[in-house]
Amino acid sequence: MIRVVLPPNLRTLARVDGEVELEVKTPVSQRSVLDALESRYPMLRGTIRDHVTQVRRPMVRFFACGEDLSHESPDAPLPDAIAAGSEPFLIIGAIAGG
Amino acid sequence: MSKVRVLVGTKKGAFILTSDGTRKRWKVSGPHFAGWEIYHMKGSVVDPDRIYASQTSDWFGQIIQRSDDGGKTWSTPGSSPEELKGADGMPKAESNKFVYDGLPGTHQWYDGTQHPWEFKRVWHLEPSLDNPDHVYAGVEDAALFVSRDGGKSWSELSGLRKHDTGPKWQPGAGGMCLHTILLDPTNPKRISVAISAAGAFRSDDGGDSWKPINHGLHSQHIPDPTAEVGHCVHRVAMHPSRPNTLFMQKHWDVMRSDNAGDSWTEVSGNLSSDFGFPIDVHAHEPETIYVVPIKSDSEHYPPSGRLRVYRSRTGGNEWQALTKGLPQRNCYVNVLRDAMSIDSLEPCGVYFGTTGGQVYASADAGDRWKPIVRDLPAVLSVEVQTLP
Repeated sequence: MIRVVLPPNLRTLARVDGEVELEVKTPVSQRSVLDALESRYPMLRGTIRDHVTQVRRPMVRFFACGEDLSHESPDAPLPDAIAAGSEPFLIIGAIAGG
Repeated sequence: MSKVRVLVGTKKGAFILTSDGTRKRWKVSGPHFAGWEIYHMKGSVVDPDRIYASQTSDWFGQIIQRSDDGGKTWSTPGSSPEELKGADGMPKAESNKFVYDGLPGTHQWYDGTQHPWEFKRVWHLEPSLDNPDHVYAGVEDAALFVSRDGGKSWSELSGLRKHDTGPKWQPGAGGMCLHTILLDPTNPKRISVAISAAGAFRSDDGGDSWKPINHGLHSQHIPDPTAEVGHCVHRVAMHPSRPNTLFMQKHWDVMRSDNAGDSWTEVSGNLSSDFGFPIDVHAHEPETIYVVPIKSDSEHYPPSGRLRVYRSRTGGNEWQALTKGLPQRNCYVNVLRDAMSIDSLEPCGVYFGTTGGQVYASADAGDRWKPIVRDLPAVLSVEVQTLP
């Protein structure tokens, strides 16, 4: 199972507490993780990546295993620790005012 | 006994205030959607328990929420289990999918260059007058969308954005927003809208084609003060019994039209300042109107630190300051364009919210005021429903 941590506002929207666990098709990539996430929680469509272009929203970041993977290709394989479920895939709302 | 329900959108969530018809004691529920900006909530006149909400975030974009039980529970339309899967196996959930029709085109940017239309958020939701599943959305960058399935999906009425003057429209300080949608109860084909800073527009064919209705407006801050478009209209109000009479709070100037916007005359009269944002009409007296004067475009607070609602019983020009119960010293809040509303009880109640987090109410058409809640996040919008 893939572990995903949502930012607080999206946890509220998806009505989940804590981490989300997902079955994800291999190869495990940003795209396949987000596809599985949106399939389980359709209210999240459009909140992390654009509805049409599928491009990550500007103030959202993807962290994993201590690395910022936001600028990696959406189809690049995620680290083995993510695929194995030993580390979570972190979706982060950029730290900025408000 | 009748009841009232006040829907308050704030910078950090939604609040719902309820009272019986005396409007003396209030229950407050919320925050709903805590942490999110709630630009606007509005209920259907056909089914008052059907309420739409615009929930937005600079981080996570636009969400549309819908309640079918008067605000007790909410959901994103079209995301129930039986509605989830499209033909490709992916969720169909498209209640927050606002995509411009065709090529988005460009409008004027702050520096005078052309800039592509980019969807940012829904400023105003206007349920139709005859079907709770039909609802209009005024968005930034300015365009009008409609949903005919209870908010599950949206399509643009693109004749407005594609008007010949579109490349001349420009954003106001708050963005290029379509913030006012007026539906004519006597003519289902007539829709009027207002955009900051483009002006007012009217369709007489259900939203297919549009014309600017800005003749008579005079705006010193644009190169041609009487241009066809480019005026920073802040709000337009209409009494349902007199749909050809429109009242406008412009960036500066309070205006009225008696021919559905074909021409306007200034009715600022003796106002302490004719700059402001909201304007609204008494429920039972179509010539009685309300504004909240603000000092200036660079000083968004009441003149002299005194929060005063002004009421005209003559459709403008002659204004009376309403002060009883409102702070008359050291008050430096603003009242935003969608943050005033009027119930239809007798006498009618008037409500407005401030950027300081107070919601003030008058149960006697403005004579006396009191805060019915205070210390909320900055109030973005106030709508009241009068319930049986």
